[in-house]
Amino acid sequence: MPVSDFQPVIGLEVHAQLLTQSKIFCGCSTAFGAEPNRNTCPVCLGMPGVLPVLNERVVDFAIRTGLALECRVNAKSVWSRKNYFYPDLPKGYQITQYDLPICEHGKLLIDTPQGEKLIRVRRIHMEEDAGKSVHDAGGGQSLVDLNRAGVPLLEIVSEPDLRDADEAVEYLKALRDVLVYLGVNDGNLDEGSFRCDANVSVMPKGSSTYGQRCELKNLNSFRFVKQAIEYEISRQVDVIESGGKVDQETRLWDVNKGVSRSMRSKEDAHDYRYFPEPDLPPLHVTTEVIEAVGHALPELPRAKLQRFVSQYGLPAYDARILTAERPLADFFEACALRYPDAKKLSNWFLGELLRLLKEEGSTVSSVRFTPAQLAELLGAVDQGTVSANAGKDVLAEMFLTGRSAPDIIAEKGLAQVSDTGAIEAVVDDILAKNAGEIEKYRAGKKQVFGFFVGQVMRAMKGKGNPALVNELLKKKLGD
Amino acid sequence: MALTLEQVRHVATLARLALTPEEEQRLSTQLSAVLDAVTQLQSLDVENVEPTSHATLTASLLREDVTRPSLPPEKSLANAPAKSGTSFAVPKIIE
Amino acid sequence: MQLTDLTMLELAEKLAAGQVSSVEATRACLERIQRVDPKIRAFLRVDEAGALAAAEASDARRKAGTPASPLDGVPVGLKDLFLTEGLETTAGSRVLEGFVPPLDATVVRLLREAGLPLLGKLNLDEFAMGSSNESSAYFPTHNPWDVTRTPGGSSGGSAAAVAAREVFGALGTDTGGSIRQPAAFTNTVGLKPTYGRVSRYGVIAYASSLDQPGPMTRTVADAAALLQILAQHDPKDSTSAPVKTPDYSAALEQGVRGLKLGVPREYFAQGMEEEVEASVRAALREYERLGATLVDVSLPHTQYALATYYLIAPAEASSNLARYDGVRYGLRAKDARGLKELYSLTRERGFGPEVKRRIMLGTYALSAGYYDAYYLRAQKVRTLIREDFTRVFQDVDALVAPISPVAPFKLGEKVDDPLSMYLMDVYTLPCNLAGVPGLSVPCGFTKAGLPVGLQILGRAFDEALLLRIARAFEREHDFFRRLAPI
Repeated sequence: MPVSDFQPVIGLEVHAQLLTQSKIFCGCSTAFGAEPNRNTCPVCLGMPGVLPVLNERVVDFAIRTGLALECRVNAKSVWSRKNYFYPDLPKGYQITQYDLPICEHGKLLIDTPQGEKLIRVRRIHMEEDAGKSVHDAGGGQSLVDLNRAGVPLLEIVSEPDLRDADEAVEYLKALRDVLVYLGVNDGNLDEGSFRCDANVSVMPKGSSTYGQRCELKNLNSFRFVKQAIEYEISRQVDVIESGGKVDQETRLWDVNKGVSRSMRSKEDAHDYRYFPEPDLPPLHVTTEVIEAVGHALPELPRAKLQRFVSQYGLPAYDARILTAERPLADFFEACALRYPDAKKLSNWFLGELLRLLKEEGSTVSSVRFTPAQLAELLGAVDQGTVSANAGKDVLAEMFLTGRSAPDIIAEKGLAQVSDTGAIEAVVDDILAKNAGEIEKYRAGKKQVFGFFVGQVMRAMKGKGNPALVNELLKKKLGD
Repeated sequence: MALTLEQVRHVATLARLALTPEEEQRLSTQLSAVLDAVTQLQSLDVENVEPTSHATLTASLLREDVTRPSLPPEKSLANAPAKSGTSFAVPKIIE
Repeated sequence: MQLTDLTMLELAEKLAAGQVSSVEATRACLERIQRVDPKIRAFLRVDEAGALAAAEASDARRKAGTPASPLDGVPVGLKDLFLTEGLETTAGSRVLEGFVPPLDATVVRLLREAGLPLLGKLNLDEFAMGSSNESSAYFPTHNPWDVTRTPGGSSGGSAAAVAAREVFGALGTDTGGSIRQPAAFTNTVGLKPTYGRVSRYGVIAYASSLDQPGPMTRTVADAAALLQILAQHDPKDSTSAPVKTPDYSAALEQGVRGLKLGVPREYFAQGMEEEVEASVRAALREYERLGATLVDVSLPHTQYALATYYLIAPAEASSNLARYDGVRYGLRAKDARGLKELYSLTRERGFGPEVKRRIMLGTYALSAGYYDAYYLRAQKVRTLIREDFTRVFQDVDALVAPISPVAPFKLGEKVDDPLSMYLMDVYTLPCNLAGVPGLSVPCGFTKAGLPVGLQILGRAFDEALLLRIARAFEREHDFFRRLAPI
């Protein structure tokens, strides 16, 4: 059977680092990039006798995420120990949730070429991150840094509802947008604060029995997710086609070679010996707490996109870009309050503002001018006080300095000339100097008109009101 | 209930204990005796009994999300059997 | 009478009156340790400098009229399971040899804040796993009443040091009887508080859902005074109960008239030594004479406690002891080739036979395919055991029972027979499984002069009543005035 006769089945496990100040069970900072073991204490070092105390914001973030993904938030959830030995796991167990996670039975909508598709979220649970081992340290050693040990994570597990690599990437992007919108995660795949493992299996088309699945790890970009899943699908099909059997195993994606390889041999088969964490009582969440978090929930990316289309009459393309990040969407809305032509405003955002931000490598939160100032500039363009082209220069200056449009226009002499008399004088002068061209125009060579406009604008250093220049030229040329 | 030598070895692997052959032998005997004694629990009907994992029903204790000073690395690593810079050092891990 | 023969409160009175200084008391302890500890071997480590410095500071406070607590200046010892900042803490194990903690356990901090000089670290069964102190990786401790016998365990060093008057009091921990049984074996008072009453932060874990620190003293009133310092809610321990601390001494002398004391028939099973049973029965009659009503009660799941305990405690221990891996502190097998050997050789050499036995048992009970049959089932039976206590405490105020079916046995007698050693704990385990408080008070001696203890069990957070019941007996029979012949 060719690949097309097989149906891939994909489920994703996402580990999202939570944007808390302190770790999940101790007061150490979660800051990234410190000197090794700078952010450690007896608790996250796994010293004898120390005990965990839960960070309340982790619970808040978990509930927030659960509600955003339309999960049931469990009134009681239970902490468990997952036991295994590894140098970056200081206690020899990870504190996580197993039998009773905080959230279950959610969903997330994604876009596919066939339209909207609902992907079920099986569960969301809280857990602590492990530290980091550096293997290529030399001297036959590996080095262990426990700064990350105890950083709070949410593990978000989808049902195996995804059917190809593109859907998987769509799901991840949609999920990341939600988490970033909620302010619980920074969405950063390269630094590993948003990590993904994929469970992939294949079955003959039309079958309802899933095949043996493999777990893919180390997928730290959307591109690798797509590549690794596609590679895995064809690998499994090859195995089956050649009469083999797919083994349940964990495979590591090798970014450089573009292949995956088996990570753990069978004799190491894991037996995590989960049991309830005796050091932490079950977590009880009241209805009042859940409701309070629900009330404070922000509008989510998908809803905002739809509202931008319906409320502002924007094309879906514009709305998608404007709502990709919450601060940008918020800034747009603040401007839209003061400047009614949303499409024109969107053009300035997409064409100018995003370009300026990209050039500076900054985000909308660092913009130095106010929504009112932007509205003022666009009003000036509309009224012909400044030309659209000059307006772009004004915006660039506002972006750099935060000064107001009128100040910049006045200082740089960018005000557009709309005085008919002044323009007429220039037009007359140009026409007088170009009698030959007038002949050509009158003989029917209409493109010469553009030449006259250019000459007039140049003489006026670009500040002539283009509409008036056009109008006067036409009049003088006898059109 | 007897614990075979093979089971003893498997459990020792899970527990990361490099038992000597004598220890394996002795543990097989001793643990079998203990497991015999605990099979008594199998006779109880606990079908509808909730498990107790915590001795008292204290409410969840939560702490505010504020950072507290960490240990200085020299203290974190003071007891380390081997270190390099401010990292713990272990024999090279081969995955 | 020597200074070290005083009880904690007697010493405190003299300190308050300026008749003796804390430095004198501390020196008296240090001298006595030097003289008798070679025979008892209660101490793993004596912190002479630290204790004397604390004593000097205490004397200064007393002089200034600002004592930090009623026990300010009274020197005590610590089971070597409590983390002490800057002072080696080993849990009686090779795997932690040389480990110097960067922090104090919460209860150690509370003792320091209350002004008690800490004389040093006391011997114990390795990681508190044992009933005779013989599983200590360093040496066994001897019973001051008969140095050929065990002081009990696992807080055997603490009990022996108190009985030998090397310290005025000590801290122990009790996971399945480890405070009460050694107290009974040494003619001392030991109190296991309600689970959650005393912070476990900084107490090296054996079985987290059962462990509880508590005081070990010569008298009931001393135990009350020491508990007064220890029983504080701790925001660093999620299982610490946010319960107010009552005045444990207030009702101490109110007697037992009108109280209903349950006598659980399952605690008088066959196999108890005759002399032990006789002492305990005599104590029960004494309570009747003092005006209490004895009620025959049943805790029907008692017979399952041993099996339940020996699944739950080792399971938790197997996980708690996973951190001893040679990476961050403690022993490391330097000759290990690769990571796997680093773990397995370090742990093989670092742990003694009893600890390995329990790690193996616990790992097995949690492993795939056995979890439901062993661990989960044990947790369910634990519920039944708890319910036994809940039910019986609807009818009676407290329970009175033996601590141990036997008097202190000879060192070496049971070392090679783990199961018979486990059977020693049969009367102390249910209390830990239920999380309720339990107390051991001296109730007599065998003809051979070996101490026997009486166990008093109560409702959760009812420590004050247990102390009052114990005191009623102690007032009539001051066995504590009998001093160990050492």
